[in-house]
Amino acid sequence: MTAQQFFFLLFSFVTLIAALRVVTAGNLFHAALWLIATLAGVAALFVLLEAGLLAAVQVLLYIGAISILIIFAVMLTRGVADPREKRLNSWSGLGAVAAIVMMIILAQVIGTFPWGGSALAEAPADSIATLGKALVDPAQFVLPFEVISVLLLVALIGSVYVARARGEGE
Amino acid sequence: MVPLTWYLLVGAALFCIGVFGVLARRNAVAILMGVELMLNAVNINLVAFWRYLAPTVATGQAFALFVLSVAAAEAAVGLALIISIYRHRQSVNVEQIDLLKW
Repeated sequence: MTAQQFFFLLFSFVTLIAALRVVTAGNLFHAALWLIATLAGVAALFVLLEAGLLAAVQVLLYIGAISILIIFAVMLTRGVADPREKRLNSWSGLGAVAAIVMMIILAQVIGTFPWGGSALAEAPADSIATLGKALVDPAQFVLPFEVISVLLLVALIGSVYVARARGEGE
Repeated sequence: MVPLTWYLLVGAALFCIGVFGVLARRNAVAILMGVELMLNAVNINLVAFWRYLAPTVATGQAFALFVLSVAAAEAAVGLALIISIYRHRQSVNVEQIDLLKW
C-alpha cells in the first residue's frame, strides 16, 4: 500500500466514523462537534486530491462559519426540560433501510461504470490561477460568481429578518 | 495511486449517512447537519472528478465552490427559520411541527 493510499484510507475512515457519530449522537452539541470533525476529514481529502484552495475554503467557511452557526442554533433552541430526549424519530427504521439500499445501489453503479481516469495525469501547477481566471472570465463563470454574491446578500438579509426578535406574533 | 472509485465510494457513503440523518432524526438542527453531510459528499465527488478526469479545466473546482457557497446560504436561512419556529413553539421536534397555520 502506498503512502497516499494509507492516508486516503485514514482520512476517509475518520470522516465516515465522524459522520456516523453526527447522525447518532444524543447530545446535539456533540453532534455539531462531530460535524466539525467530518468537515475537517473532507478538507484533508481535498488536500489529497491536490485541491488546496478548496481545502482552505472548506476549513474557513464550513468549519469556521457554518459549524459555528449551527452551534449557535443548537444553543438557541435548547429545550427547557429534556434530560435525554429521544434522538431518532418514528421513521428511523425505514430511513436506515433506505440509506443502506441507496448505498448498495450506488456501490454497484460506481463499481461497474467505466469512469476512466485510471491514467492519472499530473495536476497542473497553476490550478488555483486557472480557477481564479475562470471565475472572472466572461466565457466561463463570471455570471454564477456575481449571482452568488447576490444570493449571499439575500440570504444574509433574509435570515436576519426571519430570526429577529419580535414584540408579538405576526 | 488511489483509484477514482475509492473517492466515489467515500462520497456515496457520506451521502447515505446524510440521508439517514435527514430521515431519522427528530431535531430540526440535526436534520440540517445531515443535509450538510450530503453537500460535502457531493463536493468530494466533484473534486475527485475534477482531479481524475479534467485537471486542466477549472470547472470541477468552480462547481464545488458554488455548492459550498449555496450550502452556506441555505444553512443560514434554514437555521434562522428553525430559531423563529422555536420562538413560537418552544420546540424544534419535527414530529410536533406538522401543521401549517390555519
